[in-house]
Amino acid sequence: MSEYINIFNVILRRDLILAFRDKTDFINSLFFFIIVITLFPLSFGTKSTIVNEIIPGMIWISALLATCLTLETIFRSDFEDGSIEQLTLSRYPLTLLVSAKIFAHWITFGIPLIIISLLMGILLSLSNEIIMALFITLILGTPILSLLGSVMVALTIGLRGGMLLNLLILPLSMPVLIFSTVAIQNAASNQSMIAEVYFLAGILVLTITLAPLATAAALRIRLS
Amino acid sequence: MYKWIHQFGSPKYFYDISLCLSKWVTIVCIVCFISGLYGGLVLAPADYQQGDSFRIIYVHVPAAWMSLFIYIVLAASGAISLIWHIKISDIIARVSAPIGASYTFLALSTGAIWGKPMWGTYWVWDARLTSELILLFLYLGYMALQSAFDDKRIAARAGAVLALIGIINIPIIHYSVEWWSTLHQGPTITKLDKPSIHFTMLIPLILMVIAFKTFYITTVLIKTRSEILKYECNSSWVKKILGN
Repeated sequence: MSEYINIFNVILRRDLILAFRDKTDFINSLFFFIIVITLFPLSFGTKSTIVNEIIPGMIWISALLATCLTLETIFRSDFEDGSIEQLTLSRYPLTLLVSAKIFAHWITFGIPLIIISLLMGILLSLSNEIIMALFITLILGTPILSLLGSVMVALTIGLRGGMLLNLLILPLSMPVLIFSTVAIQNAASNQSMIAEVYFLAGILVLTITLAPLATAAALRIRLS
Repeated sequence: MYKWIHQFGSPKYFYDISLCLSKWVTIVCIVCFISGLYGGLVLAPADYQQGDSFRIIYVHVPAAWMSLFIYIVLAASGAISLIWHIKISDIIARVSAPIGASYTFLALSTGAIWGKPMWGTYWVWDARLTSELILLFLYLGYMALQSAFDDKRIAARAGAVLALIGIINIPIIHYSVEWWSTLHQGPTITKLDKPSIHFTMLIPLILMVIAFKTFYITTVLIKTRSEILKYECNSSWVKKILGN
């Protein structure tokens, strides 16, 4: 058991170091995220009623699009230099190794994304309840996006273009978007959002259990 | 039983079976289609509220049912091809996807045509409509993934993984959308009170459902046979058939 925890940590540390050394991808997509968010007040105006109604949903859509941009980095460099084959051949379960990589992706991209959206929320003078709801839904929702996305990346890695990846991931991530925005709207009108949060948490648990298995299966298919 | 499945999975056996099967299925399809259309368009009485416009359900409802059914076929044959590596199920999944997408599109477009006189608008962001639209996106994603691979076998297995994820996701999508639309619109005006349908309207509907299903089976069999011929073009039995 401790051996498995060890190998999980090794892969996690390796991916974090790699991401830290080659920051451009992540920084670029975070900039993309910030720029997209600033587009909304520019086009809708800054009346507080409009901002409170529209901006939380817009932050969520921008987070979804920005995540789609970075998903490929989970496996791209490993696929190009061949180390993904080594992972597949190793005597440890591929599911475990893959989940370490997904976790690393969430740490390097999900957490900065959450922090930035909270800061943007404050800058756009959202109300405190909305910022709180935004925080909760993002912290439950972004791991789901990383997990679902990793399966699609494993299926499409090395194929032409990233467009296909977006076509596959966007319809599947609609439930996350719906539950999150409904939760935020409930919080904005001072209603309970506990039901949506439970739903998001349930989807998160489901994807944590199934997505690494599916990713490992998809990688084996791609490399066969 | 197990032996039978393997025998059924062999391309030559499937080819022979499907040849004699598709004759009968086509006959059933044509008979049901003509009698269903006649019963639906001529014999069934006009609805007391909707008049003659209701008759579009004889196309709309079977198409909507088939759109879900074919996605289940995709996922089931995907599971079969992942577990038992049966070639035929790969082919069936591949040829089913465009048919399923067309049924989904048919259901959406007939719904829009019906919606204009009934609801006064072509499109409403109602739960069922939205999840049907997302289903269309899922079909298109599946087809895009299939066409991105050069190797058909890898394409089939990758598609199988995608279809299985999709089938887990469909109930989640459906309930999330239902949740979203009920919270947004309140009690929707668009839902019809469902009176229990009179049997003169019901029987043509059942005939049309059978006709749509057998039409699907016929087209899948034809396309599967042509794919088998392409796939096995070097084997001796195919050369014998094509030689004649």
